[in-house]
Amino acid sequence: MKDSKIKVNGFNLFYGSVQAIKNINLTIRANSVTGIIGPSGCGKSTFLRSLNRMNDVIGNVRTEGRVEIDAENIYGKEIDVVDLRRKVGMVFQKSNPFPKSIFENVAYGLRINGIRDRNYIQQKVEKSLQDSALWNEVKDRLNSSAFDLSGGQQQRLCIARALAVEPEILLMDEPASALDPTATLKIEELIHELKKNYTIIIVTHNMQQAARVSDFTAFFMLGELIEIGLTSTIFTKPGKKMTEDYITGRFG
Amino acid sequence: MKKRQVCQVTGFLALRACMAVVLAVLLIILIDIVSKGGGAVNWEFLTAMPRKGMTEGGIFPAIVGTVLVTLITAVLAIPLGMGCAVYLNEYAKDTPITRIIRIAIRNLSGVPSIVYGLFGVVLFVQALRLGTSIISAGFTLGLMTLPWTITASEEALKNVPRAYRDGALALGATKWQTIRTNVLPYSIGGMLTGTILGLARAAGETAPILFTGAAFYLPRLPNSVFSQFMALPYHLYIMSTQHHAITKVRPIAYGTALVLIVLVFAMNFGAVVLRYKLRKVKKE
Repeated sequence: MKDSKIKVNGFNLFYGSVQAIKNINLTIRANSVTGIIGPSGCGKSTFLRSLNRMNDVIGNVRTEGRVEIDAENIYGKEIDVVDLRRKVGMVFQKSNPFPKSIFENVAYGLRINGIRDRNYIQQKVEKSLQDSALWNEVKDRLNSSAFDLSGGQQQRLCIARALAVEPEILLMDEPASALDPTATLKIEELIHELKKNYTIIIVTHNMQQAARVSDFTAFFMLGELIEIGLTSTIFTKPGKKMTEDYITGRFG
Repeated sequence: MKKRQVCQVTGFLALRACMAVVLAVLLIILIDIVSKGGGAVNWEFLTAMPRKGMTEGGIFPAIVGTVLVTLITAVLAIPLGMGCAVYLNEYAKDTPITRIIRIAIRNLSGVPSIVYGLFGVVLFVQALRLGTSIISAGFTLGLMTLPWTITASEEALKNVPRAYRDGALALGATKWQTIRTNVLPYSIGGMLTGTILGLARAAGETAPILFTGAAFYLPRLPNSVFSQFMALPYHLYIMSTQHHAITKVRPIAYGTALVLIVLVFAMNFGAVVLRYKLRKVKKE
């Protein structure tokens, strides 16, 4: 595939002796949105966390196979996970602003990367908040606590925080699952905007959402990739019976 | 229905009685000490040296000694305890060895204080040649406080939501950056509170300082950390059991007890205020 950004080859993941991810092979194109769907416990979040090695944080996790980002195996020995996570940003299921001001939340990633230039930080925070469509709502209260924001605003703040460190890939783990329809719509519109500059992978429970926001859809089941393809194909003429059963709501 | 109500009423009564007994004991102790010691405590009592074989004068050197030895205790227990807790909770993997270490730490908090005292003699006074001194006694109390500090600090660290850590890590923070900027600021209150409570307990201990530095009577204040010192709990012990004119010095003993209790209460109160303050900061 042209412009392939991520290439996963024979990837397995084990929690202790339990295999959570089984022999995944897929390719993800740059500047596209890929939705990952599947029933609870199918390993879609685990797979997402494999792409920025957030599973390393949990003890007792073992992986096999390759995950290449820009043709480099991120599980290789010479890889610095800190650099990797700067390049592969993540937005979590439950918005997790830090107990700091709105401004400091967005500036956090810049500061830990050693940036001291105040003007630069100021500009970058503003730009990130604009890119996450939050700027107009918070520009007059950048110094108030992030906890004063609504749930949807908090999640967009977390997106702004991830954007500030200029990642190339953005992983989103059910970013709208705790939000009301209006806030969800905002996030979805945002994803649409962001794909111009980022490669986005979004895990979602909501099939309509996958259909709305993603160019490609991957269907996971019991740790296996059942099918991946253009979203329009997956939702209209799925290749596998299991995919069809799931998206038509026969189980899951 | 009737029977169940009777059950309920007697149940509550029994629970209230338990509470009342505990409160009564505490109150009786406090009233006894305040009523018998209150008269002895005045400005001179707090600021003067003991005179005439400790039958007159004040307890100033004992107050100074207890404050100094508690400071040394803090110097040892705070950094070491917090460091251990951060290591155990943030860095150490969950292996059989770390589990044994945890169990050992919890068991250490149950070791009788006299055992710490004897250990302090062997390690600090003799092996490290620090002599019977403020530093030996402070370090001994510090060791005794460590299990409390470590356990309380670990609990405080556990209370920091995982989302704060994950969020920072996902932005490319190193482990230490995550701990420094996103874990410690939100756990320091709990860590300090637990530590101060441990220190307050240490300040009232007699056995660990008995052989490691506390003196029966000194005519002057300690001039370095290597001096012997007088301490409130030990002074109280002397005045109430060992003194040659025991009935004559009874008011002094009660006064000493009162000062010691006030000191310990003040530390506990300080811990509460600190926790409250740090909580408020956290919310902002």
